Amino acid sequence: MTLLTMSHLNKIYNGNKAVDDFNLEIEKGEFICFIGTSGSGKTTTMRMINRMLHQTSGTIKINGENIAKMDPVKLRRKIGYVIQNVGLMPHMTIRENITLVPKLLKWSEAKRNEKAVEMIKLAELPEDYLDRYPAELSGGQQQRIGVVRALAADQDIILMDEPFGALDPITRESLQDLVKDLQERLGKTFIFVTHDMDEALTLATRIVIMSHGKQIQVDTPDNILRHPENEFVESLIGQERLIQARPSITTVGQVATKAVSARETQTLKEALGEMHTKRVDTLLVTDDDGVLRGFVGIEQINQFYGTGKEIGDIMDRNIFYVKEDSVIRDTVERILKRGFKNVPVIDHDHHLVGIVTRATLVDMVYDALWGESDKPDNTEAGDKA
Amino acid sequence: MQSMNVLEQLAYYFAHNGMYVLEQFSRHFLISIYGVLLAAIVGIPIGILIARYRKLSGWVIGIANVIQTIPSLAMLSIIMLGLGLGVNTVIVTVFFYALLPIIKNTYTGMVNVNRDVLDAGKGMGMTRIQVLRLIEIPLSLSVIMAGLRNALVLAIGITAIGSFVGAGGLGDIIIRGTNATNGGAIILAGALPTALMAIIADLVLGFFEKRFDPSTRKAKQA
Repeated sequence: MTLLTMSHLNKIYNGNKAVDDFNLEIEKGEFICFIGTSGSGKTTTMRMINRMLHQTSGTIKINGENIAKMDPVKLRRKIGYVIQNVGLMPHMTIRENITLVPKLLKWSEAKRNEKAVEMIKLAELPEDYLDRYPAELSGGQQQRIGVVRALAADQDIILMDEPFGALDPITRESLQDLVKDLQERLGKTFIFVTHDMDEALTLATRIVIMSHGKQIQVDTPDNILRHPENEFVESLIGQERLIQARPSITTVGQVATKAVSARETQTLKEALGEMHTKRVDTLLVTDDDGVLRGFVGIEQINQFYGTGKEIGDIMDRNIFYVKEDSVIRDTVERILKRGFKNVPVIDHDHHLVGIVTRATLVDMVYDALWGESDKPDNTEAGDKA
Repeated sequence: MQSMNVLEQLAYYFAHNGMYVLEQFSRHFLISIYGVLLAAIVGIPIGILIARYRKLSGWVIGIANVIQTIPSLAMLSIIMLGLGLGVNTVIVTVFFYALLPIIKNTYTGMVNVNRDVLDAGKGMGMTRIQVLRLIEIPLSLSVIMAGLRNALVLAIGITAIGSFVGAGGLGDIIIRGTNATNGGAIILAGALPTALMAIIADLVLGFFEKRFDPSTRKAKQA
């Protein structure tokens, strides 16, 4: 079910296009991150949703209802709003702050108090904080209150404008956990503006990358890491993060190197010749269609040489392999644990595609730790492991 | 009388004219309060208004500033031309002088309300009236209070001069002292209560100013 539809939004400030033909459909329960450099129009776009700003053209619909036709005050009471500098009312207690929207909606005092207790538990803060004033809380605690305040009237959509930008990394992480938890547990829909890619990648179910008012890419975090739309997206993600993310998004097929193989029907002599020219001690064995059958090592060839047997007769059929579309991260552990020097990679029909060597894995780990800049050119060396 | 020193004379004056001094004291106080209250009724809304429409602020505060620069005796005389002798002239004069600190402080208080708090309030669905009533006024109350405090202290001083146009008050006693030979004690009998009133007004309003300062809010200690 589409909760929020934004179509052909434009916003023009003094002749400059701050938002340029923005289109997005948001499902209930999604966690959308708007990310971009400053001046990319991400905050402007978000603030149009609760009519803090008016689009020059285009429509926004919530549950199919055009918000331009709604009373802005009533609309805002239905949408949670969290801003970077918290914006708690300094002259009100935490209890009054949390239950501000319920009070505007004229809930009874008993119901408001009940809600305040429920919310402070959600914020994982002690109940006696309710009677304190914001100035008595730390920045992180204040923003926890800021977050639950946005939920106190059972709002379905929560808008957040760089809510954790002013917090230290540790506090920020704990608040990200809180927000992620709220989204997953309560099924709220979040629209979250940030300029921190890590934050977007951790939290979002979908990321909207913006630059100069235009949407550059709208996709899941994994897809964005896997296929950055252009150089701008790459630079926004950062080379380092792309490399670090590589083990979890790169498939085995992408890093596999060409395997040295022989067919079952070949003779041992031919096999030995192949080993000699390619300078390897093990051959992978396939049938005539290229389907992986087993492997044969120099020891077996040595043992049976001259018996007139074919490779297929002496090969070891007990072979460990990985599928080409499994990701590196899952594969690394299996390869390392079993102590193989290399592992054949196959496609869905068991055709041999290539091999992953321990040297390939070394490259991955090396890149993740040290970056790509001073990597020695050792792709060829991998073949000979 | 000649044999007594000034302090003894003062005590003697208070002993014999105590009720009279008290009467003038309250009259003096009321004239000041009325003037300041009227100025507050007019000045606070003006301050709120010019905080909303910033372009007006320069003009309005400018005019109030000009009023402030007119010497008080001149102002009294000018207003007296219109309103004649009596207490009304003094109240109107006090009103004019109290406008500037009240307008200026209301304006400053409103303008300095944290923008994030305003943004949050509006974003959560407050109407403009609610933003004013629930956020702007409570948060600028201590600054407005400081303006009232300045205005009242100023008003007490101006009311003393107001005796020249026949309004009464402690100024009457001071003028009588200046007209009498060796009237030092009588001057003091008028001047000391005036000073005392100004100090007390300052302290009391200062206390309220602190009470209303949101940054000093603390949870009630159980």
